[in-house]
Amino acid sequence: MANEKEIRTKIKSVQNTQKITSAMEMVAASKMRKAQDRMRAARPYAEKIRNVTSHIASAHSEYHHTFLKQREIKRVGYVVITSDRGLCGGLNVNLFKKTINEFKEWDDRGAGIDLCAIGKKGIGFFTSIGGNVISQQSGLGDTPSAHKLIGTIKIMLDAYKEGRLDKLFLVYNSFVNSMTQEPNIEPLLPLHAFDQDDDLDKYWDYIYEPEATVMLDQVFMRYVESLVYQAVVENIACEMSARMVAMKSATDNAGELINELQLVYNKARQASITQEISEIVGGAAAV
Amino acid sequence: MAMTTHIDIVSSESEIFSGSATMIYAPAEMGEVGIAPRHAPMLARLKPGEVRVVTQDREEQHIYVSGGILEVQPHVVTILADTATRASDLDEVAALEARERAERAMHNKTDAIDYAKAQKEFAEAAAQLRSIEALRKRARR
Repeated sequence: MANEKEIRTKIKSVQNTQKITSAMEMVAASKMRKAQDRMRAARPYAEKIRNVTSHIASAHSEYHHTFLKQREIKRVGYVVITSDRGLCGGLNVNLFKKTINEFKEWDDRGAGIDLCAIGKKGIGFFTSIGGNVISQQSGLGDTPSAHKLIGTIKIMLDAYKEGRLDKLFLVYNSFVNSMTQEPNIEPLLPLHAFDQDDDLDKYWDYIYEPEATVMLDQVFMRYVESLVYQAVVENIACEMSARMVAMKSATDNAGELINELQLVYNKARQASITQEISEIVGGAAAV
Repeated sequence: MAMTTHIDIVSSESEIFSGSATMIYAPAEMGEVGIAPRHAPMLARLKPGEVRVVTQDREEQHIYVSGGILEVQPHVVTILADTATRASDLDEVAALEARERAERAMHNKTDAIDYAKAQKEFAEAAAQLRSIEALRKRARR
């Protein structure tokens, strides 16, 4: 039987851990609420730019942008968004699993893969498995600013424009509700066909200022950036809710562990008392 | 009642303005443009400056944007404002930085870039000042 003092220290240490995890749970809960607000705040822009992009796609411009053209696939790019910090359950791991499965499919088809990793966990993982990470970004914090992402994404978009990549995907966790997050892989480029807006007349085009090539380029770039930004914000909300759930179960587990240890401790204490009594009785009998 | 058009001004981080207007002035890159309801479809790039929106009750709203995109449809005007200052060479810098991080390589050539950045910042500051001045003038009246 382990000695009383040992068990007591163990209980104390588990209690301390429990305090930390429950604090982390509360922090994650409040950050999750803020992250959800940010997710909502980013939505109008995403919607509006989506409208504009779909208008452009239905306008009869003489200029066809490369982002709209389908190409034969020789090399694909992935923008993978992960969290910077761990302790958020299986959030990143599930994402990696899904991504790796896709990688394998592309590999079997003989297509090469380039990566853009956003978030420390992704950078660490993909460099360790030997992925070709051509751009990376970490340390975005809880309030990511859109302009920190610009350069990171630009590398991928440039690669696409120059024909080094033929398809671009976005990988992130989508927020279903605070208990469920789903790893999600979405095609970014080429831009898929939009639903045609019925209100618009059939043949029309914009007045471009400056010329169409520059304008379309910029709108499409912004569109892709806004999609990525939206994904980053959503991923943070996922991270926080995953952490909240993970920390809650850690706190519960610690509680169970303390109960068990308390039982062992009581038994040990009882045993030592019994032993003392029997020793005293034995001693008295001997006298 | 005067004819109006709907206008939405959004930035990637939040919604800035939404409502109907009888006239909109925006600082397009090739000069300020005024947009009345039923304007022909137009797509223009904005430079840092202020967007003026004349609402139905003849009030003028002043909104500062640091560049962005203006889309005009006959009954809807959308301004996609940039939150950050953007210039193609600045984007280039950001791209370079990200690549450098990836390659873990250190380079030190910032002369040309800093100049461009300073110019851009200056343009933005000047536009901001102009808007503040305009506001002050109105307050005095």
